[in-house]
Amino acid sequence: MSRPLSVKVSVFFTVLLFVYTDFVCCNNGRRVGDSLETELSGFSVPLEHSFELDDAGKFQVRGSLLLKTGREPSVSLMQNQLSEEDRAKLKEVAAVDGLYRIRVPRVFLQADRQTECQMEGHLTAFVRACAMVESHLSDVITLHTDVSGYLIGVSIVTIPGACRGTEVEDEVDLEVFNTTLSIMAPVNAPGPETALFLERMEIETEKKGKNPQEQKSFFAKYWYLILGGAIFLMVSNSAQPPSGGGREQS
Amino acid sequence: MGKLILLLLNLIFLCDIVAAVFEDQVGKFDWRQQYVGKVRFSHFDTHMQLSKKVLIATESNVFAALNTRTGDLFWRHVDKTGLEGNIDAVLQHGQDAVLVVGNGRVLRSWDISVGGLNWEIVLDSGSFQSACLVGQQGTVKHAAVLKKSVISFHYLTNGHLKWIENLPESETVNYQAVYSSGNGQVYAMGVVPHSHIAIVAYSMDDGEIINQISVDAPWLSNIPASCAVIGQGILTCVDATTASLYTLDLHQQLQMTQVPLQSLGLEVDPGFHPYLVSHQPSPARQPLSEFLLQLGPDHHLLLQLNDGQIVTLRDFKPALLVSFATTGEKTVAAVMSPKNKTACSINLFSSETGRRLLDTTLIFTVDPNGGKPERLHVQAFLKKDDSVGYRVMVQTEDHALIFIQQPGRVMWTREEALSDVVTMEMVDLPLTGTQAELEGEFGKKAAIQDGLMSMVVKRLSSQLIMLQAWIAHLWKLFYDARKPRSQVKNDVTIENLSRDEFNLQKMMVMVTASGKLFGIDSKTGSILWKHYLDNIPPNAAFKLIVQRTTAHFPHPPQCTLLIKDKDSGLATLHVFNPIFGRKSHVTPPALSRPILQSLLLPLIDQDYAKVLLLVDDQYKVSAFPSTKNVLQQLQETAASIFFYLVDSSQGRLSGYRLRTDLSTEQVWEVVIPNEVQKIVSVKGKRPNEHVHSQGRVMGDRSVLYKYLNPNLLAVVTESTDLHQERSFIGILLIDGVTGRIIHEAVQRKARGPVHVVHSENWVVYEYWSTKSRRNEFSVIELYEGMELYNSTVFSSLDRPNAPHVLQQSYIFPASISTMEATLTEKGITSRHLLIGLPSGGILSLPKMFLDPRRPEIVSEQSREENLIPYAPELIIRTEWFINYNQTVSRVRGIYTAPSGLESTCMVVAYGLDIYQTRVYPSKQFDVLKDDYDYMLISSVLFALFFATMISKRLAEVKLLNRAWR
Repeated sequence: MSRPLSVKVSVFFTVLLFVYTDFVCCNNGRRVGDSLETELSGFSVPLEHSFELDDAGKFQVRGSLLLKTGREPSVSLMQNQLSEEDRAKLKEVAAVDGLYRIRVPRVFLQADRQTECQMEGHLTAFVRACAMVESHLSDVITLHTDVSGYLIGVSIVTIPGACRGTEVEDEVDLEVFNTTLSIMAPVNAPGPETALFLERMEIETEKKGKNPQEQKSFFAKYWYLILGGAIFLMVSNSAQPPSGGGREQS
Repeated sequence: MGKLILLLLNLIFLCDIVAAVFEDQVGKFDWRQQYVGKVRFSHFDTHMQLSKKVLIATESNVFAALNTRTGDLFWRHVDKTGLEGNIDAVLQHGQDAVLVVGNGRVLRSWDISVGGLNWEIVLDSGSFQSACLVGQQGTVKHAAVLKKSVISFHYLTNGHLKWIENLPESETVNYQAVYSSGNGQVYAMGVVPHSHIAIVAYSMDDGEIINQISVDAPWLSNIPASCAVIGQGILTCVDATTASLYTLDLHQQLQMTQVPLQSLGLEVDPGFHPYLVSHQPSPARQPLSEFLLQLGPDHHLLLQLNDGQIVTLRDFKPALLVSFATTGEKTVAAVMSPKNKTACSINLFSSETGRRLLDTTLIFTVDPNGGKPERLHVQAFLKKDDSVGYRVMVQTEDHALIFIQQPGRVMWTREEALSDVVTMEMVDLPLTGTQAELEGEFGKKAAIQDGLMSMVVKRLSSQLIMLQAWIAHLWKLFYDARKPRSQVKNDVTIENLSRDEFNLQKMMVMVTASGKLFGIDSKTGSILWKHYLDNIPPNAAFKLIVQRTTAHFPHPPQCTLLIKDKDSGLATLHVFNPIFGRKSHVTPPALSRPILQSLLLPLIDQDYAKVLLLVDDQYKVSAFPSTKNVLQQLQETAASIFFYLVDSSQGRLSGYRLRTDLSTEQVWEVVIPNEVQKIVSVKGKRPNEHVHSQGRVMGDRSVLYKYLNPNLLAVVTESTDLHQERSFIGILLIDGVTGRIIHEAVQRKARGPVHVVHSENWVVYEYWSTKSRRNEFSVIELYEGMELYNSTVFSSLDRPNAPHVLQQSYIFPASISTMEATLTEKGITSRHLLIGLPSGGILSLPKMFLDPRRPEIVSEQSREENLIPYAPELIIRTEWFINYNQTVSRVRGIYTAPSGLESTCMVVAYGLDIYQTRVYPSKQFDVLKDDYDYMLISSVLFALFFATMISKRLAEVKLLNRAWR
């Protein structure tokens, strides 16, 4: 999002360069081979997508997620181009308001060995296929982990998100994914802020101590106001009885 | 100066939120009903002839005394829930009632006249088996408590231990019963299942074992279930397999005597476990030699044991229930036998002879909407002519207590099922006849069919009816005005039910765990209808759905109760009219497969009933009602119907979309590994909630827009690791349509139980902080920011920007039982949180105290915005208790409903008690006060009016005079 990346800059080294930020824009035209090099403390899992006219889940590899495990997990993505056939299909699916679905396998990011990190099942998410088409394949994928580093969910949104029915003429727009990818760990919810409050209280009492004017009691400070109010009340009370009596009788 | 302003602001603010009731308003808008629960033990207070008390110990761990004349509570003691407060035994002697509580943990003695505690002692550990009072030479001074391996002997005056003895061979023998007949000995009776009976006789003076015998009884497995001590210490047992009675003299014999039932001409009903009932009028004396034997569901016998011979005194068949009762020297047996389909008759029989006593017939009418009678509690008394009179308290399957006097007058009824309300809804009352008339006139169908002439006639006739009703109303007002206020009774019956001006009177439909449904008038608390659903599985889960409200005259309102067996998942539907409680003639679909989820769609069929979708375990969807119209609508909108399923055992949350053929497809899946944390609750928003303002005006006059996602779910998880350093609770905000995780937060060093309220753009939750050992509140608010993405409509599918999340936490100085937010018609009124405390108070906490934008440091802008400076502790002010001194015991749930007045929210708190009231979170800004002085304002108006008239006239005269001059 914030870090624009030239399309032409070649791929993998840049990814490595920017791996320390949590998100990375990836739009490469390279086909992902089987021989993907992984980092020492990282591994790759496939990112799969499915878009079918009958909405059946036929997942195909869209790219591969390179996950860096450890204390601060990070992620990067290498993905394929959409083939001619797929582009046509995506447009067709968009026309009937079908879904574009993605899935990633469940993984554990704190594991030491790759064999330990894979778990049964997948995490899935979807957007409307038309949104995918109209946004020219620019999507934001977020991976969510839990406290201990298990991947618990994936979400995908497109920017813009609306389906306005605008026709995408240029086939080239649907060729390359423009993905913003990030990984999110849960934030720590704040507890009650007692320390700051006490500090503030202390400062206030100190201020009071410094300023003898402030130390005067409430009555000492505002006796004239209170006295005035009391007199006013007494006067208005003494004027009250006739009207009050009249009301009671009515 | 700034300080002063702050102080004044605070003062004004404090004055503003005071919302207490005045003394004369007590009970005007609120009512409370106190319950005790399902009765386990009952004792009529017999030591005084004129006593009006019945002592009741219940399965809800309540010990109470009821007034037998009115059914009201004299006093009530509510113990802890669960096994800890379980009442194991009640022994009544004179003024005292001795209770064994908590599986033999505590022995307590209560003074029954005032309900005060005499004494309490803690017993040694060991599981409780039996207890009895022990008397000697006509006086009762001790109680014996039998546990798994010890028998202890206590003084009744102070509970002190007289002696305690270990039971011999307690590893092999199950001691199950203790018996004493007032001859200085206490017998502990145990059994080795299918082998022998062991009987140990203790001396009551020092606990020395006097005698120890062991008798073969290979057929016996449980003493209380099949044996009783009868007459002069003769243990009598009944066995179904050998179809025999066995007798054993506790004092001497070493062998059981077998008496085949056949020799008495008796036969046990196949598959029935026969049962013996003996009667010991006073613990200082021997039991009667007469006893009751039940041989079948409706077959009882009165037998007598005389010198080892068993004689049949009377055969009661059919007889549903039989019970002994003693008054003075006379003992009678009360027998309930079915008379016809709707009534039972109860008769008294002399226990000595088995003769029927004259003029003792009592007719008990069985409520067709109630359960069958289950137990009979008889209060016998001597009349002036020395004959026996009696009253009975009938306990029915639906936990109701009905107290009946001869010849069948119901003195009172207590619906104890209401002590366990599971879920409830409030339904608007229907229109009155005249209003309905008008509705009918302007109904769409009528207008099309009729011509002009008939419409005019209709209009005139309806106007006439309205006039008539108005005159009748005036007349009634005039008539009532002459009577003193206390005599004016507004009896609410099902006939004169109608909506009031501000829709403040509603029908409360309550579903109880026993399967009994109630319709309660919210204004008075009187039960207007009840309906007992038999064959409810014992661990059923209920969901009450209002499918059609009263707004669609002439279609009757319709509620559907989904009853689901938690074990099998199989569900049934009960469709009924919430105003009259009658079962609807709409036949619900038979559900053959377990149901996973139900959802009420905003779609309506041609009869204005909302469509209920039920998802079964094969992810197939069935609709109710499932007319052609509905199916067509479903097909059209299927692509926009999404639902979610939660499988907390696997931590799986999944979303599905409906297909046109009513099958479903999975569209998203989130899996929270259950090794780390487990899902404890998933909360959506209430569908009938309105939010009036889309944003908040900030100090600099810009607007901060709220993130109002109606599909947002708050998922709460608790860690499986309960160590206080590592335990945490997790909060996930998930969009229920797209499965997108909007926010994920972890509260570390925290533990459940977590109470959550999810409404508008905020989630409030309460948890236990293990680090600081206190209860804490946390609030999460979601904002879209300064600009709204799409202000006209919210779609989960088109909201790419994640909301801003603000969170703040506070200390709360009490633990809580339940929590709910107020709800008003249009959502203009500010919100309060209603918090049920274990102490029985219901606290109305303004939401403005739980606002993550409360500033640490006060600035000009935050002051402009009326934000309260942050203080870590939420203070409980006593004037926030909406139920003043009306304690609501064991609050389990709070239900809120909007009324016709924007300022007013109806509140029902239920638990052991039920409390109904109204709250005004922003005070009654749309209502004149109760004591508003109409006279003054109208006299001032009139005076002003006349003054203007006169001065006008005077001015005219003056002008005229001047003109002449």
